[in-house]
Amino acid sequence: MKHPIEAVAVQEKKTIGFWMYLMTDLILFASLFATFAVLRGQTAGGPSGSDIFNMPFVLLETMILLSSSFTVGLAVLGSRRGYKKQTICWLVVTFVLGATFLTLELTEFTRLVAEGYSWQRSAFLSAFFTLVGTHGLHIAVGLLWLVVLIVRLIKFRFRQSDIHRLALFGLFWHFLDVVWIFIFSIVYLIGGLT
Amino acid sequence: MTKPKLETRHDAVGYTSYVVGFILSIVATLTAYGFVVNRLLPKGMLIYFVIGVAVVQLIIQTVFFLHIGRGSRFKFIIFVFAMLIVFILAIGSVWIMNNLNSNMMQMTPDQMKAYMYENQGI
Repeated sequence: MKHPIEAVAVQEKKTIGFWMYLMTDLILFASLFATFAVLRGQTAGGPSGSDIFNMPFVLLETMILLSSSFTVGLAVLGSRRGYKKQTICWLVVTFVLGATFLTLELTEFTRLVAEGYSWQRSAFLSAFFTLVGTHGLHIAVGLLWLVVLIVRLIKFRFRQSDIHRLALFGLFWHFLDVVWIFIFSIVYLIGGLT
Repeated sequence: MTKPKLETRHDAVGYTSYVVGFILSIVATLTAYGFVVNRLLPKGMLIYFVIGVAVVQLIIQTVFFLHIGRGSRFKFIIFVFAMLIVFILAIGSVWIMNNLNSNMMQMTPDQMKAYMYENQGI
């Protein structure tokens, strides 16, 4: 068992390392955003944003992801105060919201592909599917991580390391929410104008 | 409910931070959505307005959810550096490609092919 102060220093380093990963991920998303912004008008005679986006549906997705970002914050706070049941409850709520979001996104993708507007149709749609799909992939990985966290919390005693892992997961999930805000604004709101 | 003996740090971050951040984010999202759906501004201004609201929401969420400025100084420095790269990458790409587009005088793909065929080797 390490001395508490030493453990805190190690944890601080881990947080910074994870934060660095998040920031490089941000740069990945930035390049996809730049690609989308450049290819936004290149529809090759296919549909433009305003033809295929269902705005109330996207607003619903945004609200669900925003709420899940809030509930994961509550879970992190609960774990810091040492309330195990509360933490598990909020994590399960986060999982349900995240899974709903992913299902809605996949529904949208399936609908577009069924209508013949897949990523092969135009440069605009390739950029759209790459950007939104990469975000969806991150959400899927996040949900997997969340399952592991929940199972660990249910099966084992509540430890200091669980609190730290949960804090890192919180960072990851909030980060995905921030990226989604930009997808909502740039892809759907501005892309829907053309 | 028994409270296990665990070290709890950052106790200053409370529920208020998350509740305020959540409410402000919802307000920002609905504002941008309302302006776009009802076309409350001319199209050119609407684009800048939506980007502006998104940046405001970025600041709201980094302050209230990601707690930038709390904890290590490195976190803040890495964040600022990443934002610089993102800014150069995104704005730079859009700028260069728009510039190229206007230099191409908005040709159709067929015109472009003919132009490139005529001017081979430039």
